[in-house]
Amino acid sequence: MLKAKDPRFWDGLFHLAMLACALCVLALVGIIVFELTKRSQLSWKAFGWKFFFGNDWDPVNEQFGAWPFVYGTIVSSLLALFLAVPLGLGVAMFITEMCPRRLKEILAFATELLAAIPSVIYGLWAIFVLVPLVRVYLEPWLARYFGWTRLFEGPPYGIGMLAAGMILAIMVVPIISSITREVMTAVPQQQREAVLALGATRWEMIRIGVLRNARAGIFGAVILGLGRALGETMAVTMVIGNRPEISRSLFSPGYTMASVIANEFSEAATDTYLSALVEIGLALFLVTIIVNILAQILVWSVTRGMPARGHA
Amino acid sequence: MPNSSESAAIRVSLWRRGMNHLVTMAAAAAVLLVLLPLGAIFAYLVYKGVGALNWSFLTQTPKPVGEPGGGMANAIAGSALILLIASAMGVPIGIGAGVYLAEYGRNRMGDLIRFTADVLNGVPSIVVGIVAYGVVVLAQGHFSALAGGFALGMMMIPTITRATEEMLLLVPQAIREAAYGLGIARWRTTLSITLRTATSGVITGVMLAFARVAGETAPLLFTAFGNQYWNWKINQPTAALSLQIFTYAISPFDEWHRQAWAGALILILLIVIAVSALRIAASRGMLKGTS
Repeated sequence: MLKAKDPRFWDGLFHLAMLACALCVLALVGIIVFELTKRSQLSWKAFGWKFFFGNDWDPVNEQFGAWPFVYGTIVSSLLALFLAVPLGLGVAMFITEMCPRRLKEILAFATELLAAIPSVIYGLWAIFVLVPLVRVYLEPWLARYFGWTRLFEGPPYGIGMLAAGMILAIMVVPIISSITREVMTAVPQQQREAVLALGATRWEMIRIGVLRNARAGIFGAVILGLGRALGETMAVTMVIGNRPEISRSLFSPGYTMASVIANEFSEAATDTYLSALVEIGLALFLVTIIVNILAQILVWSVTRGMPARGHA
Repeated sequence: MPNSSESAAIRVSLWRRGMNHLVTMAAAAAVLLVLLPLGAIFAYLVYKGVGALNWSFLTQTPKPVGEPGGGMANAIAGSALILLIASAMGVPIGIGAGVYLAEYGRNRMGDLIRFTADVLNGVPSIVVGIVAYGVVVLAQGHFSALAGGFALGMMMIPTITRATEEMLLLVPQAIREAAYGLGIARWRTTLSITLRTATSGVITGVMLAFARVAGETAPLLFTAFGNQYWNWKINQPTAALSLQIFTYAISPFDEWHRQAWAGALILILLIVIAVSALRIAASRGMLKGTS
């Protein structure tokens, strides 16, 4: 036995204490998985896989189908990516390859600031500023010129899928651009010099020397953005309209998985109702975890060998 | 007279140069398009928020609908209480786990913890809320500040852990060896030498985590729940600034909308101060090149 006087005793104790903290991290993830699976059992037993493909969301008659929420989550996230990917790539490209050094710092700080704004403030701004703009200007314009796609028809409420996708895009851009920046910085300088030496213009240098080398990581950045968009709750809840409907038109209101939990969880009166909401949470958890792991692997494939960095 | 192959070469080069300018302009346009909402959000926060901000907003509790005046004092205090609980849980565990990863984590176990911390980092905040509801609210039988703090604490841990690890790894191995050479025990070296050297970095990590959870709303919806009155008990439903902003923003009353803007301004001020302090800290000393 080691005695208290023995320095190894304290070393061992310290090691154990730190290990305990580390195990807490492990335990928390364990608790998440356990809680979500346990509390969603009721709904899982009652509906099985049909839960995710059913269209009825009828708490009064205890019928739960989550398809409208799954649909809303997918459509709003994809719309967000559609808008955010070109912007995020443009910003990353401009900051890493094109702009003067002094501007670089300021722009990097500005995009970081965008990531630090809480979701509820995005929502507040979207309700009172973005939505009226969308209703008065954007939606009539889209309906007039792109109405034939049938994506933009129906009354322009402002509130709806389109506004949700736009606010999500604003929130996702900083993630995509900061990871893309990191990945582009990881591309060795010699690659750029080699392409430039062949007489390439700056854009050709970026395209051939940088983007091509970093594409896996950039794809990872996009997927990471997707992960954020899928789980985003407050801003979307405030502008999407919260109606479990499926419509081709982006003008119409929708509902997402995260929003339905946010709106109905504290009002869920019956066990099955609560369980159904937890099951949506479980699905959301699993999807975001898979998406994030995939993204990490892709980013690592480019930045490997660079010092490890935590990114928010 | 240039022959045809030369003029073709000139045309190609014009095309290439044009393309180069086009892409540069597109990238600059993307930057402007992204800065536009940033500017608009801050402009509106100041424009709408300052007008609605007054002394009673900072000192009074909400008034019933229809009565003018009232404020968010209890929500500001509630947020402070919840964040205090969250920090009490998240900071020690986060730093401890970070120390483990940096000092003892070069093995399978370390990789597992690192991976789990990344997983925890990616969990949507609303899901964290569900878990806190199951673990704390159901056990207690009612909504509470403790449940809200638990949820936010959980979200702070991975950020602090990874930041602490990163900062400790920046401390040169030679400093540790020098301490060992003087006969200082390993635990003592870690605490008084390594951690001490990396203090500013670790604090930055803590502040980053703090700033991230300070504005969180989704995990508080069914944990802290909100409260119209003062509350200092950790086992009672508690108001939070972010929750109050949400409730007021989606309400149909103009007076509440005004107060939502004022609340948002206060919230963003707190976060911007934290992030700027972080930026200043990051530009000094050992944090260089890590932001």
